[in-house]
Amino acid sequence: MKQVTILFFATLRDMTGERRIMKMIPDDMLIAGLKDVLIEEFPRLKDIINSVIVSMNHEFAFNDAPIPSDAEIALFPPVSGG
Amino acid sequence: MQGGNELDTGLTREEFLRYSRHLLIPEVGLEGQKKLKNSSALIVGTGGLGSPVALYLAAAGVGKIGIVDFDVVDQSNLQRQVIHGSTTIGVSKVYSARGRMLDLNPDIQVNTYNEPFSSENALRIAKNYDIIIDGTDNFPARYLTNDVCVFLGLPNVYGSVFRFDGQVSVFYAKEGPCYRCLFPEPPPPGLIPTCADGGVLGILPGTIGTIQATETIKMLLGIGSTLVGRLLLYNALDMTFDYVRLKKNPACRICGANPDISELIDYDEFCGAPGHALSDENLEEMWLISPHELFKKLSANEDFLLLDVREPHELEISSIKGAKQIPLGQLASRINELDKNQEIVLFCKTGNRSRRALELLTSMGLNKVKHLQGGINAWALNIDPSIPVY
Repeated sequence: MKQVTILFFATLRDMTGERRIMKMIPDDMLIAGLKDVLIEEFPRLKDIINSVIVSMNHEFAFNDAPIPSDAEIALFPPVSGG
Repeated sequence: MQGGNELDTGLTREEFLRYSRHLLIPEVGLEGQKKLKNSSALIVGTGGLGSPVALYLAAAGVGKIGIVDFDVVDQSNLQRQVIHGSTTIGVSKVYSARGRMLDLNPDIQVNTYNEPFSSENALRIAKNYDIIIDGTDNFPARYLTNDVCVFLGLPNVYGSVFRFDGQVSVFYAKEGPCYRCLFPEPPPPGLIPTCADGGVLGILPGTIGTIQATETIKMLLGIGSTLVGRLLLYNALDMTFDYVRLKKNPACRICGANPDISELIDYDEFCGAPGHALSDENLEEMWLISPHELFKKLSANEDFLLLDVREPHELEISSIKGAKQIPLGQLASRINELDKNQEIVLFCKTGNRSRRALELLTSMGLNKVKHLQGGINAWALNIDPSIPVY
């Protein structure tokens, strides 16, 4: 198991009621797996999770990206206003 | 003698004076200013983002600027769309904007396209420009702008805003990722509120738009480190700037290894909803109620639940007596507060959110539901002039 930090931004803070959480995850977990874990904990993320921007250590992370120890993972919602 | 007032340096005497502060910067200088004069940029949307972009590109002397918008200036625009003014309320935005741009700089050319940017006209319009600035306000238009830029090989200077949050990047498929690399699929329709429904801090598109204008100028001049391959995320409330390094998505459907999108598509269909306010045209009458019908129903003391799905702070602006209040975002989790057998009339500000609420409730098995056409604003205009339209 390893520890990661997850940061929520903008409207995702309203949806989860959190700004920052720490989580223990299995060593072989990928970003896609982490998304499933987050949906379970925060059901309101279910519909939006595939549209959020996932950044891991300040780099855009695709679903198949492995997660290093102590990773900082930030989630940003898409916005469309202009 | 050169013709007119043009000196053999490529700028007129007036232009030397006008651009004096640019000519003093080594990274711009005379060469750079001539580059700008011979450059062209297309701004899609002349709203909150398009306003500062158009003003600053005009002031900077970008020689040919195109502006696309189908809307007219409304009072509710002026809190942030600073290119327009009280005197141009009711005027087409592109003409309102052109007037201000040419006042600021009569030496440039401003082309107006008073029409929606669509799959039918987008390539024809965009192919005449060096760079495209995305100042649109909805997902379908953003995918369209992206795809047009990928097909034409043009940089797409992207910006978007909501409440206190802004995003900026330069999507340039030749050198980095495109919008679809980041957002392969649009969010489910209605999940992300528009600024018309959720609001936006007036200055926010000013900040984001001026960054877009800055990136445009740098791209045209070929100077500095641009936002190609980086996404800037700005939060005005916390005053934070975060960067995310971006990568091209090898599986991107338009700029990846095996693209399957080779022409413009129907973007409203792709996003599952039209870019602009949901139309009630395709909605059967049984789901609709007009302000007059609602007034009759209330006057007759009929048994039904009037349900306001706006946010609590909107109640301070206007309300309809006797309405229960559950914000749209909480409706799914508070469904047990509703009686399946009772008739429900939903309303919001203009009918967008109540339409979403209608879809949500019917999908959850509540069938005696209607939504108020035009929302409480229509109620204010037709029934109760004592409350404001906002």
